[in-house]
Amino acid sequence: MSFSNAAAKMVIMGGSAGSMQPMMLLLSALPATFRAAILLVVHRQRNVHSNLHEILSQHCSTPVREPEDKDPIQAGHIYLAPQNYHLLVETDGNFALEYSEPVCFSRPSIDVTLQGAVWAGVKNLLVVLLSGANTDGAAGIAAVLKAGGQAFIQLPGMAEFPAMPGGALTRNPEASARDIPEISGYLNQFVM
Amino acid sequence: MPFSIPQVHAFLNLVREKWGYDFSGYAEASLHRRLRRVAELAHTPSLEKLGKRLQSDPHAFNWFLENFTVNVTEMFRDPEFYACLRKQIFPVLETFPHINIWHAGCSTGEEVYSMAILLQESGLLSRCRIYATDLNPANLEKARAGIVATPMLKEYIQNYRLSGGVEDFTQYYTALYGNAIFQKELREKITFLQHNLVADGVFNEFQLIICRNVFIYFKRNLQEQVLGLFTESLAPLGFLALGTKESILSARIQARFEVASRPMKIYRKKY
Repeated sequence: MSFSNAAAKMVIMGGSAGSMQPMMLLLSALPATFRAAILLVVHRQRNVHSNLHEILSQHCSTPVREPEDKDPIQAGHIYLAPQNYHLLVETDGNFALEYSEPVCFSRPSIDVTLQGAVWAGVKNLLVVLLSGANTDGAAGIAAVLKAGGQAFIQLPGMAEFPAMPGGALTRNPEASARDIPEISGYLNQFVM
Repeated sequence: MPFSIPQVHAFLNLVREKWGYDFSGYAEASLHRRLRRVAELAHTPSLEKLGKRLQSDPHAFNWFLENFTVNVTEMFRDPEFYACLRKQIFPVLETFPHINIWHAGCSTGEEVYSMAILLQESGLLSRCRIYATDLNPANLEKARAGIVATPMLKEYIQNYRLSGGVEDFTQYYTALYGNAIFQKELREKITFLQHNLVADGVFNEFQLIICRNVFIYFKRNLQEQVLGLFTESLAPLGFLALGTKESILSARIQARFEVASRPMKIYRKKY
Protein backbone atom coordinates (compact mmCIF):
# COMPACT_ATOMS: atom_id res chain seq x y z
CA MET A 1 0.00 0.00 0.00
CA SER A 2 1.54 3.26 -1.05
CA PHE A 3 -0.07 6.49 -0.02
CA SER A 4 0.60 8.08 -3.39
CA ASN A 5 -1.95 5.55 -4.68
CA ALA A 6 -5.30 7.39 -4.71
CA ALA A 7 -7.22 4.16 -4.11
CA ALA A 8 -5.38 3.42 -0.87
CA LYS A 9 -7.90 3.60 1.99
CA MET A 10 -7.23 3.53 5.68
CA VAL A 11 -9.47 3.31 8.73
CA ILE A 12 -8.09 4.24 12.13
CA MET A 13 -10.33 3.17 14.99
CA GLY A 14 -9.46 4.52 18.44
CA GLY A 15 -10.87 3.42 21.74
CA SER A 16 -10.20 3.28 25.44
CA ALA A 17 -12.32 2.34 28.46
CA GLY A 18 -15.66 0.96 27.30
CA SER A 19 -14.62 0.58 23.66
CA MET A 20 -14.37 -3.22 23.47
CA GLN A 21 -18.06 -3.93 22.95
CA PRO A 22 -18.66 -1.32 20.21
CA MET A 23 -15.37 -2.24 18.54
CA MET A 24 -16.34 -5.91 18.41
CA LEU A 25 -19.75 -4.97 16.97
CA LEU A 26 -18.11 -2.89 14.23
CA LEU A 27 -15.52 -5.55 13.40
CA SER A 28 -18.02 -8.41 13.37
CA ALA A 29 -20.23 -6.50 10.92
CA LEU A 30 -17.40 -5.91 8.42
CA PRO A 31 -17.74 -7.58 5.02
CA ALA A 32 -15.79 -10.81 4.61
CA THR A 33 -13.30 -9.12 2.33
CA PHE A 34 -12.61 -5.40 1.99
CA ARG A 35 -10.10 -3.00 0.44
CA ALA A 36 -9.05 -0.70 3.29
CA ALA A 37 -6.31 -1.23 5.85
CA ILE A 38 -7.86 -1.04 9.32
CA LEU A 39 -5.73 0.12 12.27
CA LEU A 40 -7.04 -0.30 15.81
CA VAL A 41 -5.48 1.89 18.49
CA VAL A 42 -6.68 0.80 21.92
CA HIS A 43 -5.39 1.92 25.30
CA ARG A 44 -4.17 -1.07 27.27
CA GLN A 45 -2.04 -1.86 30.30
CA ARG A 46 1.64 -1.74 29.49
CA ASN A 47 3.53 -4.75 30.72
CA VAL A 48 0.73 -7.20 31.38
CA HIS A 49 0.40 -10.04 28.89
CA SER A 50 -2.51 -9.37 26.54
CA ASN A 51 -4.06 -11.52 23.85
CA LEU A 52 -6.45 -8.80 22.70
CA HIS A 53 -5.66 -9.44 19.03
CA GLU A 54 -6.79 -13.06 19.46
CA ILE A 55 -9.97 -12.02 21.25
CA LEU A 56 -10.79 -9.50 18.51
CA SER A 57 -9.98 -12.07 15.83
CA GLN A 58 -12.75 -14.29 17.13
CA HIS A 59 -15.21 -11.56 16.21
CA CYS A 60 -14.30 -11.04 12.58
CA SER A 61 -13.56 -13.05 9.48
CA THR A 62 -10.18 -11.34 9.01
CA PRO A 63 -7.53 -12.16 11.64
CA VAL A 64 -6.33 -9.18 13.72
CA ARG A 65 -2.55 -8.87 13.87
CA GLU A 66 -0.14 -6.79 15.94
CA PRO A 67 2.29 -5.33 13.42
CA GLU A 68 6.04 -5.32 13.97
CA ASP A 69 8.26 -2.38 13.13
CA LYS A 70 8.58 -1.88 9.33
CA ASP A 71 5.84 -4.39 8.45
CA PRO A 72 4.03 -3.36 5.25
CA ILE A 73 0.53 -1.93 5.68
CA GLN A 74 -1.69 -4.10 3.51
CA ALA A 75 -5.18 -3.41 2.24
CA GLY A 76 -7.79 -5.85 3.53
CA HIS A 77 -5.96 -6.43 6.82
CA ILE A 78 -6.75 -5.46 10.42
CA TYR A 79 -3.92 -4.34 12.68
CA LEU A 80 -3.90 -3.73 16.43
CA ALA A 81 -1.36 -1.21 17.78
CA PRO A 82 1.10 -3.15 19.99
CA GLN A 83 1.12 -2.46 23.72
CA ASN A 84 3.51 0.18 25.00
CA TYR A 85 4.47 1.65 21.59
CA HIS A 86 3.15 4.51 19.52
CA LEU A 87 2.09 3.33 16.07
CA LEU A 88 3.26 5.48 13.14
CA VAL A 89 3.01 5.24 9.37
CA GLU A 90 5.93 5.80 6.99
CA THR A 91 5.47 7.44 3.60
CA ASP A 92 6.67 4.21 1.94
CA GLY A 93 3.58 2.43 3.29
CA ASN A 94 5.18 0.59 6.19
CA PHE A 95 4.46 0.72 9.90
CA ALA A 96 6.90 2.36 12.29
CA LEU A 97 6.91 2.00 16.06
CA GLU A 98 8.06 4.58 18.57
CA TYR A 99 8.73 3.97 22.26
CA SER A 100 8.54 7.59 23.40
CA GLU A 101 6.71 9.67 25.99
CA PRO A 102 3.00 8.85 26.49
CA VAL A 103 0.61 11.36 24.89
CA CYS A 104 -2.62 12.00 26.86
CA PHE A 105 -1.19 9.49 29.37
CA SER A 106 -1.39 6.88 26.62
CA ARG A 107 1.05 4.77 24.61
CA PRO A 108 -0.21 3.89 22.06
CA SER A 109 -1.85 7.26 21.66
CA ILE A 110 -4.67 7.73 19.15
CA ASP A 111 -3.53 11.32 18.50
CA VAL A 112 -0.03 10.14 17.58
CA THR A 113 -1.29 7.59 15.05
CA LEU A 114 -3.78 10.04 13.49
CA GLN A 115 -1.22 12.85 13.22
CA GLY A 116 1.28 10.34 11.87
CA ALA A 117 -1.09 9.17 9.13
CA VAL A 118 -1.72 12.79 8.12
CA TRP A 119 2.04 13.44 8.06
CA ALA A 120 2.54 10.37 5.84
CA GLY A 121 0.03 11.74 3.36
CA VAL A 122 -2.74 9.15 3.78
CA LYS A 123 -5.51 10.79 1.75
CA ASN A 124 -8.44 8.41 2.00
CA LEU A 125 -8.69 8.27 5.76
CA LEU A 126 -11.69 7.50 7.96
CA VAL A 127 -11.44 7.84 11.74
CA VAL A 128 -13.78 6.08 14.16
CA LEU A 129 -13.51 7.22 17.78
CA LEU A 130 -15.21 5.17 20.49
CA SER A 131 -15.76 5.26 24.23
CA GLY A 132 -12.95 6.37 26.54
CA ALA A 133 -12.15 8.23 29.73
CA ASN A 134 -9.61 10.78 28.52
CA THR A 135 -9.37 13.17 25.57
CA ASP A 136 -6.91 11.28 23.37
CA GLY A 137 -8.02 11.49 19.73
CA ALA A 138 -9.39 15.04 19.76
CA ALA A 139 -6.21 16.70 18.43
CA GLY A 140 -5.64 13.88 15.94
CA ILE A 141 -9.16 14.20 14.53
CA ALA A 142 -8.59 17.95 14.09
CA ALA A 143 -5.50 17.16 12.00
CA VAL A 144 -7.35 14.51 9.95
CA LEU A 145 -10.32 16.79 9.20
CA LYS A 146 -7.99 19.64 8.21
CA ALA A 147 -6.28 17.29 5.76
CA GLY A 148 -9.60 16.31 4.19
CA GLY A 149 -10.30 13.04 6.03
CA GLN A 150 -13.54 11.98 7.71
CA ALA A 151 -14.30 11.25 11.35
CA PHE A 152 -17.19 9.38 12.97
CA ILE A 153 -17.47 9.69 16.71
CA GLN A 154 -19.57 7.43 18.89
CA LEU A 155 -22.48 9.45 20.34
CA PRO A 156 -21.16 10.41 23.79
CA GLY A 157 -24.54 9.70 25.37
CA MET A 158 -24.39 6.13 24.10
CA ALA A 159 -20.76 5.55 25.15
CA GLU A 160 -19.95 3.79 28.41
CA PHE A 161 -17.27 6.46 29.03
CA PRO A 162 -18.32 9.67 27.24
CA ALA A 163 -15.20 11.80 27.95
CA MET A 164 -13.25 10.74 24.88
CA PRO A 165 -15.96 11.04 22.23
CA GLY A 166 -17.27 14.15 24.00
CA GLY A 167 -13.84 15.78 24.04
CA ALA A 168 -13.34 15.03 20.35
CA LEU A 169 -16.73 16.56 19.47
CA THR A 170 -16.12 19.69 21.52
CA ARG A 171 -12.85 20.23 19.69
CA ASN A 172 -14.26 19.18 16.30
CA PRO A 173 -17.94 20.20 16.10
CA GLU A 174 -17.92 19.50 12.37
CA ALA A 175 -17.22 15.79 12.95
CA SER A 176 -20.18 13.37 12.82
CA ALA A 177 -21.53 11.92 16.06
CA ARG A 178 -23.42 8.70 15.34
CA ASP A 179 -24.62 5.59 17.11
CA ILE A 180 -22.81 2.32 16.45
CA PRO A 181 -25.22 0.86 13.84
CA GLU A 182 -24.93 4.05 11.76
CA ILE A 183 -21.12 4.09 12.05
CA SER A 184 -21.12 0.44 11.03
CA GLY A 185 -23.09 1.28 7.87
CA TYR A 186 -20.70 4.07 6.84
CA LEU A 187 -17.66 1.98 7.71
CA ASN A 188 -18.82 -0.98 5.61
CA GLN A 189 -19.36 1.28 2.61
CA PHE A 190 -16.03 3.04 3.05
CA VAL A 191 -13.90 -0.09 3.25
CA MET A 192 -15.20 -1.57 -0.01
CA MET B 1 3.36 22.62 10.75
CA PRO B 2 5.19 19.69 9.20
CA PHE B 3 8.72 20.28 7.92
CA SER B 4 9.58 19.58 4.31
CA ILE B 5 12.15 16.94 3.36
CA PRO B 6 14.72 19.58 2.16
CA GLN B 7 14.33 21.54 5.43
CA VAL B 8 14.99 18.39 7.44
CA HIS B 9 17.99 17.44 5.29
CA ALA B 10 19.51 20.90 5.69
CA PHE B 11 19.06 20.73 9.45
CA LEU B 12 20.52 17.21 9.72
CA ASN B 13 23.51 18.29 7.63
CA LEU B 14 24.15 21.15 10.02
CA VAL B 15 23.96 18.79 13.03
CA ARG B 16 26.40 16.40 11.37
CA GLU B 17 28.89 19.07 10.35
CA LYS B 18 28.88 21.09 13.59
CA TRP B 19 28.45 18.41 16.23
CA GLY B 20 29.33 15.13 14.52
CA TYR B 21 26.01 13.33 15.03
CA ASP B 22 24.65 11.71 11.86
CA PHE B 23 20.89 11.13 11.99
CA SER B 24 20.46 10.67 8.23
CA GLY B 25 19.84 6.92 8.65
CA TYR B 26 17.00 7.43 11.15
CA ALA B 27 13.47 6.38 10.15
CA GLU B 28 11.56 9.37 8.86
CA ALA B 29 8.14 9.23 10.55
CA SER B 30 9.66 9.30 14.00
CA LEU B 31 12.52 11.65 13.05
CA HIS B 32 10.10 14.26 11.72
CA ARG B 33 7.86 13.85 14.73
CA ARG B 34 10.79 14.36 17.14
CA LEU B 35 11.98 17.43 15.23
CA ARG B 36 8.49 18.95 15.40
CA ARG B 37 8.46 18.23 19.12
CA VAL B 38 11.85 19.87 19.74
CA ALA B 39 10.90 22.91 17.66
CA GLU B 40 7.70 23.24 19.71
CA LEU B 41 9.57 22.93 23.00
CA ALA B 42 12.05 25.55 21.81
CA HIS B 43 9.22 27.81 20.57
CA THR B 44 10.91 28.03 17.18
CA PRO B 45 8.64 27.78 14.15
CA SER B 46 11.35 26.69 11.70
CA LEU B 47 14.28 24.32 11.65
CA GLU B 48 16.42 27.11 10.23
CA LYS B 49 15.78 29.20 13.34
CA LEU B 50 16.38 26.16 15.55
CA GLY B 51 19.73 25.60 13.81
CA LYS B 52 20.73 29.22 14.46
CA ARG B 53 19.77 28.89 18.14
CA LEU B 54 21.86 25.74 18.50
CA GLN B 55 24.87 27.54 17.03
CA SER B 56 24.56 30.69 19.11
CA ASP B 57 24.13 29.03 22.53
CA PRO B 58 26.86 26.60 23.62
CA HIS B 59 24.47 24.67 25.91
CA ALA B 60 21.69 24.38 23.39
CA PHE B 61 22.98 21.34 21.52
CA ASN B 62 22.99 19.13 24.62
CA TRP B 63 19.45 20.28 25.27
CA PHE B 64 18.53 19.40 21.68
CA LEU B 65 20.12 15.95 21.94
CA GLU B 66 18.25 15.15 25.15
CA ASN B 67 14.90 16.14 23.73
CA PHE B 68 15.29 14.93 20.17
CA THR B 69 16.46 11.41 20.97
CA VAL B 70 13.95 9.20 22.74
CA ASN B 71 14.99 8.53 26.32
CA VAL B 72 12.00 6.62 27.59
CA THR B 73 12.70 3.42 29.51
CA GLU B 74 11.41 1.38 32.42
CA MET B 75 12.67 -1.48 34.57
CA PHE B 76 11.80 -4.98 33.34
CA ARG B 77 10.02 -3.67 30.23
CA ASP B 78 8.35 -6.77 28.70
CA PRO B 79 8.58 -9.03 31.77
CA GLU B 80 8.33 -12.10 29.52
CA PHE B 81 11.62 -11.13 27.90
CA TYR B 82 13.36 -11.12 31.27
CA ALA B 83 11.72 -14.41 32.21
CA CYS B 84 13.12 -15.87 28.98
CA LEU B 85 16.63 -14.53 29.72
CA ARG B 86 16.51 -16.09 33.16
CA LYS B 87 15.13 -19.47 32.10
CA GLN B 88 16.60 -20.00 28.66
CA ILE B 89 19.66 -17.80 28.07
CA PHE B 90 21.41 -17.57 31.44
CA PRO B 91 21.86 -21.36 31.76
CA VAL B 92 23.82 -21.23 28.48
CA LEU B 93 25.81 -18.14 29.49
CA GLU B 94 26.76 -20.01 32.65
CA THR B 95 28.90 -22.35 30.56
CA PHE B 96 31.19 -19.44 29.50
CA PRO B 97 34.15 -18.77 31.85
CA HIS B 98 33.72 -15.02 31.54
CA ILE B 99 30.61 -13.16 30.43
CA ASN B 100 30.83 -9.81 28.64
CA ILE B 101 27.51 -8.12 28.05
CA TRP B 102 26.88 -5.06 25.88
CA HIS B 103 23.69 -3.16 26.45
CA ALA B 104 23.53 -0.84 23.41
CA GLY B 105 21.22 2.17 23.59
CA CYS B 106 20.83 1.91 27.36
CA SER B 107 19.10 5.28 27.82
CA THR B 108 19.06 6.14 31.56
CA GLY B 109 19.96 2.60 32.58
CA GLU B 110 16.74 1.11 33.99
CA GLU B 111 16.93 -2.02 31.82
CA VAL B 112 20.64 -2.43 32.57
CA TYR B 113 19.98 -2.53 36.31
CA SER B 114 17.10 -4.95 35.67
CA MET B 115 19.50 -7.33 33.97
CA ALA B 116 22.16 -6.91 36.66
CA ILE B 117 19.56 -7.92 39.27
CA LEU B 118 18.66 -11.05 37.31
CA LEU B 119 22.34 -11.94 36.87
CA GLN B 120 22.90 -11.58 40.58
CA GLU B 121 19.92 -13.80 41.36
CA SER B 122 21.26 -16.41 38.93
CA GLY B 123 24.69 -16.29 40.60
CA LEU B 124 26.35 -15.00 37.41
CA LEU B 125 27.01 -11.36 38.23
CA SER B 126 30.46 -11.98 39.74
CA ARG B 127 31.62 -13.41 36.38
CA CYS B 128 30.06 -10.61 34.34
CA ARG B 129 31.16 -7.26 33.08
CA ILE B 130 28.33 -5.17 31.64
CA TYR B 131 29.12 -2.39 29.17
CA ALA B 132 26.15 -0.09 28.74
CA THR B 133 26.34 2.50 25.99
CA ASP B 134 24.28 5.38 24.70
CA LEU B 135 24.97 8.28 22.36
CA ASN B 136 23.58 10.81 24.81
CA PRO B 137 26.00 11.91 27.61
CA ALA B 138 23.16 13.20 29.80
CA ASN B 139 21.57 9.72 29.79
CA LEU B 140 24.85 8.12 30.79
CA GLU B 141 25.29 10.53 33.67
CA LYS B 142 21.85 9.62 35.02
CA ALA B 143 22.46 5.91 34.41
CA ARG B 144 25.78 6.01 36.28
CA ALA B 145 24.11 7.58 39.31
CA GLY B 146 21.82 4.51 39.50
CA ILE B 147 18.92 6.46 40.95
CA VAL B 148 15.23 6.04 40.21
CA ALA B 149 12.31 7.99 41.66
CA THR B 150 10.57 5.98 44.41
CA PRO B 151 7.07 6.46 42.93
CA MET B 152 8.20 4.45 39.87
CA LEU B 153 9.20 1.49 42.02
CA LYS B 154 5.69 0.14 42.49
CA GLU B 155 5.33 -0.53 38.76
CA TYR B 156 8.93 -1.76 38.46
CA ILE B 157 8.43 -4.26 41.29
CA GLN B 158 5.23 -5.46 39.63
CA ASN B 159 7.17 -5.97 36.39
CA TYR B 160 9.90 -7.78 38.34
CA ARG B 161 7.29 -10.17 39.79
CA LEU B 162 5.77 -10.72 36.34
CA SER B 163 9.24 -11.61 35.06
CA GLY B 164 9.37 -14.39 37.64
CA GLY B 165 11.25 -12.52 40.37
CA VAL B 166 10.48 -13.84 43.86
CA GLU B 167 13.07 -12.09 46.02
CA ASP B 168 12.51 -9.13 48.32
CA PHE B 169 13.15 -6.30 45.86
CA THR B 170 13.97 -3.79 48.61
CA GLN B 171 17.39 -5.46 49.04
CA TYR B 172 18.50 -4.00 45.69
CA TYR B 173 18.22 -0.33 46.58
CA THR B 174 18.44 2.19 49.39
CA ALA B 175 15.63 4.72 49.53
CA LEU B 176 16.30 8.31 50.45
CA TYR B 177 14.23 11.45 50.01
CA GLY B 178 11.92 10.19 47.30
CA ASN B 179 14.70 8.45 45.39
CA ALA B 180 16.04 4.93 45.38
CA ILE B 181 19.72 4.28 44.64
CA PHE B 182 20.77 0.83 43.45
CA GLN B 183 23.22 -1.14 45.61
CA LYS B 184 26.91 -0.68 44.98
CA GLU B 185 27.34 -4.37 44.06
CA LEU B 186 25.06 -3.81 41.08
CA ARG B 187 26.49 -0.43 40.06
CA GLU B 188 30.14 -1.47 40.14
CA LYS B 189 29.56 -4.26 37.62
CA ILE B 190 28.35 -1.83 34.98
CA THR B 191 30.58 0.42 32.86
CA PHE B 192 28.66 3.22 31.18
CA LEU B 193 30.29 4.53 27.99
CA GLN B 194 29.38 6.92 25.22
CA HIS B 195 29.10 5.02 21.95
CA ASN B 196 27.26 6.05 18.81
CA LEU B 197 26.04 2.98 16.91
CA VAL B 198 26.03 5.01 13.67
CA ALA B 199 29.68 6.00 13.80
CA ASP B 200 31.64 4.00 16.39
CA GLY B 201 33.07 0.52 15.95
CA VAL B 202 33.81 -2.72 17.76
CA PHE B 203 35.28 -2.21 21.25
CA ASN B 204 35.21 -5.66 22.81
CA GLU B 205 33.98 -9.23 22.35
CA PHE B 206 30.65 -10.12 23.92
CA GLN B 207 28.68 -13.20 24.88
CA LEU B 208 25.41 -11.23 24.96
CA ILE B 209 24.38 -8.02 23.21
CA ILE B 210 21.10 -6.40 24.15
CA CYS B 211 19.75 -3.69 21.87
CA ARG B 212 16.01 -3.31 22.40
CA ASN B 213 13.81 -0.67 20.83
CA VAL B 214 16.68 1.09 19.11
CA PHE B 215 16.22 -0.37 15.62
CA ILE B 216 12.69 1.04 15.46
CA TYR B 217 14.39 4.43 14.96
CA PHE B 218 16.70 3.22 12.17
CA LYS B 219 16.00 2.74 8.48
CA ARG B 220 16.75 -0.70 7.06
CA ASN B 221 20.20 0.25 5.75
CA LEU B 222 21.34 1.59 9.09
CA GLN B 223 19.86 -1.47 10.82
CA GLU B 224 21.91 -3.70 8.58
CA GLN B 225 25.06 -1.68 9.22
CA VAL B 226 24.60 -1.87 13.00
CA LEU B 227 23.73 -5.58 12.82
CA GLY B 228 27.07 -5.99 11.06
CA LEU B 229 28.76 -4.28 14.00
CA PHE B 230 26.94 -6.57 16.46
CA THR B 231 27.84 -9.69 14.45
CA GLU B 232 31.51 -8.71 14.54
CA SER B 233 31.32 -7.92 18.25
CA LEU B 234 29.71 -11.22 19.26
CA ALA B 235 31.72 -14.24 20.30
CA PRO B 236 30.81 -17.44 18.42
CA LEU B 237 27.54 -18.78 19.91
CA GLY B 238 26.91 -15.43 21.58
CA PHE B 239 23.37 -14.05 21.87
CA LEU B 240 21.73 -10.96 20.41
CA ALA B 241 18.45 -9.67 21.89
CA LEU B 242 16.28 -7.15 20.03
CA GLY B 243 12.98 -5.52 20.98
CA THR B 244 9.96 -7.82 20.83
CA LYS B 245 8.59 -5.96 17.77
CA GLU B 246 11.94 -5.85 15.95
CA SER B 247 13.58 -8.50 13.78
CA ILE B 248 16.75 -9.11 11.81
CA LEU B 249 15.39 -7.95 8.45
CA SER B 250 18.55 -8.45 6.38
CA ALA B 251 18.82 -11.92 4.81
CA ARG B 252 22.63 -11.58 4.79
CA ILE B 253 22.69 -11.10 8.57
CA GLN B 254 19.93 -13.68 9.18
CA ALA B 255 22.24 -16.29 7.70
CA ARG B 256 24.77 -15.65 10.49
CA PHE B 257 22.27 -16.37 13.28
CA GLU B 258 19.87 -19.00 14.49
CA VAL B 259 16.74 -18.14 16.45
CA ALA B 260 17.00 -18.78 20.21
CA SER B 261 13.55 -17.37 21.04
CA ARG B 262 11.24 -16.25 18.28
CA PRO B 263 8.67 -14.37 20.40
CA MET B 264 11.34 -12.67 22.53
CA LYS B 265 13.54 -11.91 19.49
CA ILE B 266 16.69 -13.51 20.84
CA TYR B 267 19.18 -14.72 18.23
CA ARG B 268 22.34 -16.80 18.56
CA LYS B 269 25.38 -16.27 16.40
CA LYS B 270 26.35 -19.43 14.52
CA TYR B 271 29.76 -20.93 15.24
